Amino acid sequence: MADESSKSLKEQFWDPVAGFGVTFRTMFKKVVTEQYPFEKTPTAPRFHGRHQLNRWPDGLEKCIGCELCAWACPADAIYVEGASNTDDPDGRFSPGERYGRVYQINYLRCILCGLCIEACPTRALTMTNEYELADDNRADLIYEKQDLLAPLLPGMEQPPHPMRLGDDEGAYYRGEFAAPAPTGREAGK
Amino acid sequence: MTTTPEKTDLVSVTIDGIQVSVPKDTLVIRAAEQVGVQVPRFCDHPLLAPVGACRQCLVDVPDAGNGRGFPKPQASCTLPVAEGMVVNTQATSEVADKAQQGIMEFLLINHPLDCPVCDKGGECPLQNQAMSNGRGESRFHGLKRTYPKPINISAQVLLDRERCVLCARCTRFSEQIAGDPFIALIERGALQQVGIYEREPFDSYFSGNTIQICPVGALTSADYRFRSRPFDLVSTPSVAEHDACGAAIRVDHRRGKVMRRLAGNDPEVNEEWITDKDRFAFHYATEADRLAYPQVRDEDGSLRPASWPEAFAVAARGLQAAGASAVLTGGRVTAEDAYAYSKFARVALGTNDIDFRARPHSAEEAAFLASEVVLRSTVTYADLESASTVLLAGLEPEDEAATIFLRLRKASSPGRPGGGTRVVSIAPYASRGLAKMHGHLVRTAPGAEAAALDAMVEHAEHGIDKRSVILVGERLATVPGALTAAAGLSARTGARLAWVPRRAGDRGAVETGCLPNLLPGGRPVTDPAARVDAATAWGVDRLPEAPGRDADAIVAALASGELRGLVVSGVDPDDTSDPAATRAAIEAASFVVALELRETEVTRAADVVFPVAPVVDKAGMFVTWEGRPRTFEAVFSSPTSLPDLRILAGIAEELDTPLGFRTVAEARAQMEDMGPWDGERAGLDGSPRSSAATRPATGDFALATWKLLVDNGSMQDGDKAYRATGRAPVARLSRAAYDAHGPTVTLTGDRGSVTLPAEVADLDDDVVWVPANSFGNGVLADLASPGSRVTVTKGADQ
Repeated sequence: MADESSKSLKEQFWDPVAGFGVTFRTMFKKVVTEQYPFEKTPTAPRFHGRHQLNRWPDGLEKCIGCELCAWACPADAIYVEGASNTDDPDGRFSPGERYGRVYQINYLRCILCGLCIEACPTRALTMTNEYELADDNRADLIYEKQDLLAPLLPGMEQPPHPMRLGDDEGAYYRGEFAAPAPTGREAGK
Repeated sequence: MTTTPEKTDLVSVTIDGIQVSVPKDTLVIRAAEQVGVQVPRFCDHPLLAPVGACRQCLVDVPDAGNGRGFPKPQASCTLPVAEGMVVNTQATSEVADKAQQGIMEFLLINHPLDCPVCDKGGECPLQNQAMSNGRGESRFHGLKRTYPKPINISAQVLLDRERCVLCARCTRFSEQIAGDPFIALIERGALQQVGIYEREPFDSYFSGNTIQICPVGALTSADYRFRSRPFDLVSTPSVAEHDACGAAIRVDHRRGKVMRRLAGNDPEVNEEWITDKDRFAFHYATEADRLAYPQVRDEDGSLRPASWPEAFAVAARGLQAAGASAVLTGGRVTAEDAYAYSKFARVALGTNDIDFRARPHSAEEAAFLASEVVLRSTVTYADLESASTVLLAGLEPEDEAATIFLRLRKASSPGRPGGGTRVVSIAPYASRGLAKMHGHLVRTAPGAEAAALDAMVEHAEHGIDKRSVILVGERLATVPGALTAAAGLSARTGARLAWVPRRAGDRGAVETGCLPNLLPGGRPVTDPAARVDAATAWGVDRLPEAPGRDADAIVAALASGELRGLVVSGVDPDDTSDPAATRAAIEAASFVVALELRETEVTRAADVVFPVAPVVDKAGMFVTWEGRPRTFEAVFSSPTSLPDLRILAGIAEELDTPLGFRTVAEARAQMEDMGPWDGERAGLDGSPRSSAATRPATGDFALATWKLLVDNGSMQDGDKAYRATGRAPVARLSRAAYDAHGPTVTLTGDRGSVTLPAEVADLDDDVVWVPANSFGNGVLADLASPGSRVTVTKGADQ
């Protein structure tokens, strides 16, 4: 080790206090600390957050249970089981033949890459900006279909119910419905 | 059709610049496979006759072998090779590639874009070939033709006409292979579609195969509809457990559940076809009443859950205390499990009282099995095709051994060289199945089969000779003398003889000695040398000497108190020759150990109940009616689902007579070590020939019956759509009897009566046929004892 007397004057007197210059300068700068979770800042508009399963304007689900999201998922985080829609009033969850009976996303696995969104043929699956995906146990981080479905907006009706916007699924897919979903169902259930 | 006959004359052709020699009459599409070029195709199937329906396989032929080329691209699936032919496929020819892309574009014009919801999506030849041989973009901007979708063409099969590419595979399969042409191409032009007759469903035992060979998702099954996608599934090759044919299947599962089963491809056994029973009847293993844990009977008389070691100990103690005990195994066990039962009976219980036959049987049958069946495999599926005549006795192949039915239908097709195999059936009437096999009926009333077999020798018309094959069904056991007559016919004419049981485990149980007169490997119990051989192999001092009781005698001995303990597995009392007596015997037994998959009346009456693994949970081996071993691996590994042999090993260890194996692999190794008996076989002559049944001939009609392929069997539970494809129970009568009794008849036998709709068939006037297990608890429980007669009266119209 070098002897104390071998150091130059700069080393002996300037260097020990030079580091405090940074501290001193910073005292007059704007503070960058974010007060999360007390103050929340909005994310970028296309931030990849928690998924959402969208609905048609009448409340029917857009998901057709095709599992292409599960196929696209590089982390194997999605599990889907399809089932058949039936034409009795209690049997229709989506337009067309098939709907997703079981839909799970495991947020312990999900890397929020968004490949599932690209795979979705009906734009049923999109991502929200919600990023608070933490919990104190594993089971609650497996989101079920009811956790992922978009909330019912005014005019929407909780499925199962018949197709309100058109006679067949083609009308839905081609967007051949003018007004948003009719409200006040006359067909009593 | 497509069997490649032994041809030595090779033809050399040039495909994509590569010279290849292929047998004469090979189709260009297959010759191209030889040089490694896959020509896209939809309608072409190696087991169906070429048709050239889809036009996808167009290739350019600049030289047809005569120096001149075809001016336009040719369908390679209908074009046989010619010497010197030059073929350019899409790999080297712009013309062929453009032609294929054009066809693909045409096919896709009316094909809906519903791949995401289509069951075929992900394993779809149309998807794959549209990617490999289609245009990237469609030039079609009109409206696609649509149909209502899907429509049921049977309870199980759904048709989506929009998706159909009109390849005619389904209609050709139904016509050429299954012989059930209830489905056809109808209409013309752009409206052409697959259709069924009005009010006539697609009634075929083989309808599931059309779903599998459909190259698009036009045919789907109600059972698998939307259940999963191909990329979810893990496939395991396996063997069908529903009959003794050993059909190769593929089990697709997802997350511990079987999702579907498909036909495997085994040219020596089932080719690529399986029955709907093999395909759809697998839900029985996941029914709610599946047993999950061992149970023992508590002091208060109820069954309570128990640990495995406790249940082993209680079972061992109980059997020890009961003294003389017997074993009934049922016919569904694998060969390894059957071996374990056989060894358990001899070594742990010290008895030969073991029988696998949970059905009407006879001592004559046991002797027949020991002398003519065990260790013999003289007939194979291929032999059925080369035989001059196949004689069926007591066997309805379409219902009882459907893979044999398909082979015989193929063998007997009139278009085969030499006219094909003649099928002659000794049966009460000409069934639909016999007509499809182009068969000849030797009309025989039930009970008269022995005489009919004896008469066959002189029957010049039917000409049984040494190129013939005689197939006898297990039902012949109920006819005194019939099996002996069949053996005699075989001995006198040189025709080869094979015994065709109904259940998958039957032949394996014969080979492993689940019979009162046989030890494993065909060792006769009565032969001291064989006993010593088996005892040495097992390392025990001696084995029981006296031949044991068969199942009926076991039932009688349990009722009389001679036997007090019973180990019973997979036996439904309603299948046995006297259901009431079997129930009473299980009640009367002082100690019953039941090994069962699901809760049954036997497990409810048992003192110790063990759950056993279904075939998806264990490895094993079934032996087909030919004697061909068919091994399969476990689909799932479930530590709480143990095979029968592990449970028997546990009980035997508690009895201080360990069996020497605990796993399927160890049991199989021990079986192989022990090997077959090379000494003298038991003869049939000295064996007791059952005396003719001395039943009161009260009724005026003889009762003919067998089990239909799709019936009320418990292994077919759990799939409503499948069961709905079964044929409705009817009573078949002669025209005269039908005229006398009307469209609804009531049959009354010694065990009850049943009212069924009547149908006319070419039966004798004093014979009536009913399905054995399609109504109530079955014929044996609800109608009449085997071989007895019934009365027929006019039934009340409903």
